[in-house]
Amino acid sequence: MQLGFIEEDGFQMEYVLTFGPSELACQLLVGLSRSMLLFIVTAGLSLVLGVLRVPNIAHGSLYMIGAFTAFTVSTVVGGAGGFWLSLIVAPLAVALVGLVAERILFCHLYEREHLMLLLFTFALMLILGDLVKIIWGAEYRSVTTASLLQGSFMIFGLPFPRYNLFLLIMGPLVAVALWLFVSKTKIGRISRAAAVDREMVGVLGINVSWVFATAFVIGCLLAGLGGALIAPTVSITLGMDHTIIIEAFLIVTIGGLGNMWGALIGSLIFGITHSFGVMFWPQFAIVFPYVAVVIVLLLRPRGMLKSVW
Amino acid sequence: MLEVEGIHTFYGLSHILFGVSLRVEQGEVVCLLGRNGAGKTTTMKSIMGLTPPKQGGIRFKGEGIVGKEPYLLARKGISYVPDDRRIFADLSVGENLEIAMRKARVGEGWNKEKVYEIFPALKDIESRRGGCLSGGEQKMLAIARALMGNPELLLLDEPTEGLAPVLVHALEDQIRRLREAGLTVLLAEQNVRSALRLSDRGYIIGNGQIRYQGSIEELKENEEVRKKYLLV
Repeated sequence: MQLGFIEEDGFQMEYVLTFGPSELACQLLVGLSRSMLLFIVTAGLSLVLGVLRVPNIAHGSLYMIGAFTAFTVSTVVGGAGGFWLSLIVAPLAVALVGLVAERILFCHLYEREHLMLLLFTFALMLILGDLVKIIWGAEYRSVTTASLLQGSFMIFGLPFPRYNLFLLIMGPLVAVALWLFVSKTKIGRISRAAAVDREMVGVLGINVSWVFATAFVIGCLLAGLGGALIAPTVSITLGMDHTIIIEAFLIVTIGGLGNMWGALIGSLIFGITHSFGVMFWPQFAIVFPYVAVVIVLLLRPRGMLKSVW
Repeated sequence: MLEVEGIHTFYGLSHILFGVSLRVEQGEVVCLLGRNGAGKTTTMKSIMGLTPPKQGGIRFKGEGIVGKEPYLLARKGISYVPDDRRIFADLSVGENLEIAMRKARVGEGWNKEKVYEIFPALKDIESRRGGCLSGGEQKMLAIARALMGNPELLLLDEPTEGLAPVLVHALEDQIRRLREAGLTVLLAEQNVRSALRLSDRGYIIGNGQIRYQGSIEELKENEEVRKKYLLV
């Protein structure tokens, strides 16, 4: 893609000189890879929303903890091994945080109204944010990925970052794993049933409490994985929890609350509109996904796919 | 097998059951008759632990069960088929059955194949989503699902409600077969004729109190009680 600049009334404006099919395709791939990252985070949020009916605002904090943990692991271990290990350790560490939070706090609150749950998870977000500040400090951190995933390769005659290709592989892998979980395992099926009628699940002799714990831990695992995967692409810092949670809630809303495939569609809309926004109108790129959200909600107020709410 | 002794149950502040007592012996089919709003469903839910009574006692196989979580009662051998069926709409017929599967405490117990022998119609729609079933199919699935938990006591809440007469007869045959298989059943019904055909004994409930109890013959003969509490 070539950019040109013009002077107009003293403002410098950039405009795109050429974008042929290969530029468009390349930018689409960039958008898709961002969508995959968003999907991994929002699928976790959506699972918790769907099965537990908890709008977990602290989901972004768990993602941030995942990113910081990935930083620590990859720095301490170092090298390619450190990066790969961080992809395993960070989600597990976040899942552990989730398990403790669920068993000590969340499990007493499921019967409360949604406003209480919102306030509670909001408070949890503030607490976790401060904990991260105490443990890791307020400096910017960065993670170096494995050398295998560094640099670019040529596609459609244009350079494309290898790490984005890695994300393009990870997204579908997570989607397939989640699909297998909810449709092929007994606990996944029970989760789907509990999402609709938790009391009846109990009547069948199933301890719903542990079903909820499992779903919550898997949601946290995905938040942690998302944090670990984004770590090499951004500056890891306090505040990344706020940014992601707003995007994540918008995505699950336009997808259909609690619907995992809705989270995928929402992520695709969000990621791709952002990436084409960058291409066509870089100064306003951030606006594009939000305009898309507004359009989707005007046309389908309850989201693209069926919501369990 | 089941003894309910003077239970008082509330929904929030409203007092629904006023000292309901009833007994079900091993191997019996006992019906609980009453009009809409008489307290049949609340009695069932109280036994299952969904609306625990504030006063009174419930014993299952001699053990007090008031205040126990429903999932624990299910594991002890009580299954509840709610009047509104509560099929999991997003799950297929087969999945509805599979998640309810529990190992039998004694013997081989029920499994999907055996349940399909009782309800052959379900086998043909095994992969259909629960939300796409007709009312009759949902009733059958609700009972089949309850059987998968290998209960000793089955609480059946209005199984014939809203069913065509042909289906009512079919369902009666199936309930009889369950009884032959050794199941104890407490049957809540508005459909007096159907309930009288199935049961050994009966209770009549009205405004949250047991108004009458007796054998099926006594119930059939006692015109006055039936007129007063059942409108037949």
